[in-house]
Amino acid sequence: MSIGVNVPRKDGQSKVNGQAAYVDDLSFDGMLYGVTLRSQIPHGKIRAIQFDPKFDWSSVVVVDHSDIPGQNIVTLIQRDQPFLAAQLIRHVNEPILLIAATSRKKAMEARTRIEIIVDELPSVTNLEKAATGVRLYGEDNLFKEIHIEKGDLPRGFAEADYIVERTYKTGLQEQMYIEPQGVIAVPGKDRISIYGSLQCPHYVVKALLPLLSFSHPDQVQVIQMVTGGGFGGKEEYPNLLAGHAALLAMKSECPVKMVYDRAEDILATTKRHPSIIRHKTGLKSDGTLTALAIEIDFDGGAYATLSEVVLSRGCIHAAGPYRCENIDIVGRAWATNNPPNGAFRGFGAPQTCFALERQIDLVAKTLGIDPLEVRRRNAMEPGDSTATGQVLTESVATHKCLEQAVKASDYIRKRSEYSKLLPKARIRRGIGLSLFFHGSGFTGDGENRIRGRAGLQVTPDGFIEILTSSTDIGQGTETIFAQMVAEELGIPVDLCRNAGVDTNRVPDSGPTVASRTCMIVGDLVRSAAAQLREDLIKWLAELENCNAEQITLVGGCFLLSGQRVASFQDLAKRACSEGGPASASKTYVQPEGLEWDEKTYQGQAYPVFSWGCDVAEVEIDLDTYEISVTRFTAAQDVGKAIHPVMVMGQIEGGSLQAIGYATMEEVLQKNGWIENHRMTNCLIPTALDAPAFETHIIEEPFSGGPFGAKGVGELPTDGGAPAVAAAIDHATGQRFDEIPVTPEKIELALNP
Amino acid sequence: MTTEVEFCAPKNLAEALEFLALNRDKKTWILAGGTDIMPAINSRQISPLAVLDIWGLRELRILEQHQRHLTLGPLTTFSEMMQDPRIGQTVPLLREAAQSVGAVQIQNRGTLGGNIANASPAGDVLPVLAVHNAVLELRSAKGSRNVEFNAFYSGYKQSVLKPDELIYRIHVPIQWPQQIPYWRKLGTRQAQAISKVAIAAIAEVRGGILQDIRIGLGAVAPTVVRAKKTEDTLRGRRLDNRLIQAAGEIIQSDICPIDDIRSTARFRRRTTTNILRRFLSDLKLAHRGM
Ligand SMILES: Cc1cc2nc3c(=O)[nH]c(=O)nc-3n(C[C@H](O)[C@H](O)[C@H](O)COP(=O)(O)OP(=O)(O)OC[C@H]3O[C@@H](n4cnc5c(N)ncnc54)[C@H](O)[C@@H]3O)c2cc1C
Repeated sequence: MSIGVNVPRKDGQSKVNGQAAYVDDLSFDGMLYGVTLRSQIPHGKIRAIQFDPKFDWSSVVVVDHSDIPGQNIVTLIQRDQPFLAAQLIRHVNEPILLIAATSRKKAMEARTRIEIIVDELPSVTNLEKAATGVRLYGEDNLFKEIHIEKGDLPRGFAEADYIVERTYKTGLQEQMYIEPQGVIAVPGKDRISIYGSLQCPHYVVKALLPLLSFSHPDQVQVIQMVTGGGFGGKEEYPNLLAGHAALLAMKSECPVKMVYDRAEDILATTKRHPSIIRHKTGLKSDGTLTALAIEIDFDGGAYATLSEVVLSRGCIHAAGPYRCENIDIVGRAWATNNPPNGAFRGFGAPQTCFALERQIDLVAKTLGIDPLEVRRRNAMEPGDSTATGQVLTESVATHKCLEQAVKASDYIRKRSEYSKLLPKARIRRGIGLSLFFHGSGFTGDGENRIRGRAGLQVTPDGFIEILTSSTDIGQGTETIFAQMVAEELGIPVDLCRNAGVDTNRVPDSGPTVASRTCMIVGDLVRSAAAQLREDLIKWLAELENCNAEQITLVGGCFLLSGQRVASFQDLAKRACSEGGPASASKTYVQPEGLEWDEKTYQGQAYPVFSWGCDVAEVEIDLDTYEISVTRFTAAQDVGKAIHPVMVMGQIEGGSLQAIGYATMEEVLQKNGWIENHRMTNCLIPTALDAPAFETHIIEEPFSGGPFGAKGVGELPTDGGAPAVAAAIDHATGQRFDEIPVTPEKIELALNP
Repeated sequence: MTTEVEFCAPKNLAEALEFLALNRDKKTWILAGGTDIMPAINSRQISPLAVLDIWGLRELRILEQHQRHLTLGPLTTFSEMMQDPRIGQTVPLLREAAQSVGAVQIQNRGTLGGNIANASPAGDVLPVLAVHNAVLELRSAKGSRNVEFNAFYSGYKQSVLKPDELIYRIHVPIQWPQQIPYWRKLGTRQAQAISKVAIAAIAEVRGGILQDIRIGLGAVAPTVVRAKKTEDTLRGRRLDNRLIQAAGEIIQSDICPIDDIRSTARFRRRTTTNILRRFLSDLKLAHRGM
């Protein structure tokens, strides 16, 4: 039995003893170090580039846009972002030139000897002015507009006893993975190898082919090094960085390493989209929601990157896990002259979830009932349908999560007790909750477009190698895949290992994003194992001259009518050397009946949802306005916890990111410049800022997931912020509709 | 083309002072624990031409307990301040302030001398030295001189330390049994945090009267400051609610905080008042009937 067991992590030992090799640990003979010269204005034209004549330019390699052999376009969704700005600068810290030298110091010295002469253009760096300001993108500065309609909104409002309206705002959030972005490009004859800290190796392949004017995917080899976290930040940005290193490597004909320091990483790479979200809600006096009108604006920054899909997920999650027949959601991702925003764990949902949950609290307040009651009355059940008209048929755990978290946290008693304390105490206490969901896998028919593949290979020593391009970025992919294969074959986890991620060797399983790895790729791995088992049994039946039905695989041994004939490992070895079945592979097949209309946003948005309820407790010191999140109870449904300890790790880690989002994480941006680009001032919570966590894993299995499992990666970042904000409301008697809620904002609210 | 940095790891103090004397015109930086200097070099805020590494100098790593004062070498680390019972018993505020610095790694490496010489208004041990009326002994190849800690800073990140001098000793008058210490750091988070406001104070109450009070404030002015006007208002007065209320207002004229990346002037003003009042109220409560 391997599923649901806390086996040792595959990557644990080497990370603890320091043997794990990150990209900066790797070097090659003759390797150069690359740096980037970036723009210093949010919008403008490059008039001239001046190289200091006193500098010995033969000692370094310089690349500009004219050195690009193929297309100067980062291939992703839209084709608007250049690898290197040619004439137009669209944001601060946009790459213009690349420089490589024998040391990083020398490359940086050369960089100081170059001057970019620019003509500045008017810029828009404020989301609220995105529509009215300068023309930046298309006709209307919109990267994407989405409209989701359900039922009859005017009728919903007509039926309402009350209508409540409110605007919510969320800020820019930095992923702050522990290892900054980094790659090494090693040039070859008509090919290039990229070693990098990244989430999506095949994205890099797709981005580099047109850049380098290569035609065959094998010409770009991408190898993932041990990666110190990503949280979405290494989803698409490595395309750009790998392109830069590749350009320097091709021109210099030397391996080139580019590793950002923390400041450059914070200044230049993508972050969570800031948002402004307007809610108008109709409700009956018994608490029933009759209408939900939601308008969402995201600041996409200067280039489209992943904004449209982030917006898409944000919109689909905007009406939350609540029953409502009349819904209207409008979402817009705007172009501005801020550095581009992109993927961050939760992918648009944390913003819209924050707004909705705060609105639900407002509904409760309007009716004079507890926020818990509104959620109890409206939480979805099987048979209900989401905003896109998706009817929920199985694996719905809203009420289970809600009741479990409420009971475990003693919410009801504390809510009334803290309310009584309110007027007197200097240390104010509050408790708040949130209810939320997160779709597992790609949106709509996305998985069908990716058609992910996974494979297994038997090695000559009788081990099973797992071949996928799913990257372990700290979340434990390697371990759970091995568990799934071991379970399916009935063999020890130690017999299963990962082949590593090298695009020349492993199939494209799709990107490591969208809470899809465990559920989608995991199921491919599991079914490949089932295939291998079947093939080995058939082969053994031929060898033994018997019927395949007489053979079973139990406890690592093949039994023929109950008698042991071979150990798994022995037969695997034999299969490998004697041309038996030594490999298996699977490609994603879309389940029957999945319907999704990308134009109308109607249909099955996700194969299934994961559900959660968070209860946060806070203490606020009215002398210093310090907020301390003292206790955090999470009940989250993941279908089946393949590795419970790692699931708890995901829940606690994601919750802490959400707590930081709610209370202290604030990237300060002024005129397109990020002002706090160091860990000392771009704050994230430390261990001492973390609450006591109480985590309850709920298991409401999904028939389409491996062993019932659904996604857990992003779910935990959705609910924390609104729960904390609700607790702060409760503690202070004020309403906070904008995050982060800093001590400074509490002071202002309490002393108007 | 790339600049060479002259690096000196002297064997003894005399060598160190000689190096300073010879390199006084250059951009020379003394390196103690390096917890301020290394990030500054890394982020290119400073680019030293010469570095004097004093970490290995035994002469600067001493601790002497005298009748009325404690003498500390500048290399005393925050961890030592937290752990050494001689410090904990005689200048408990130093222990408390050290405890609130950074986290373990910084506490093991960061030094008292470095905190002083770095001259940040947010240096956490500085309000403590201010209320204790510490004296700094500065030394150069030419000799020693003593400077009152409260006269050491001449402006934001500026001090009277000359390029050929180093901080040689820190003399801290010890706290008497009747004195009550108070420390409160308001940081940006619970660890690895720079102060938005820091307050150190010692007070003496007899018969309900504040016989003496000294208040040192960090991060609310260009340098660490003593709240002189507040102290004058409080000294010799009966500690009652009216006085506490008034002190909270007067302290506003002792400070001139700014808006910066970590907080706002408004927030710093209000919390300074709140923390002071909290301290005085607690003090009053503890001395009820005395
Ligand atoms: C992550 C982190 C967290 C931090 N947290 C805090 C905090 O919470 N509170 C706080 O106050 N500080 C904090 N600091 C700042 C720093 O740790 C302290 O200021 C520390 O006291 C500096 O001591 P040092 O020995 O490391 O100084 P160094 O970096 O070695 O030197 C600092 C300055 O002092 C000079 N100098 C050092 N010794 C002498 C001497 N004997 N004579 C003359 N000049 C000298 C140096 O030339 C330099 O200008 C933090 C720093 C980091 C990196």
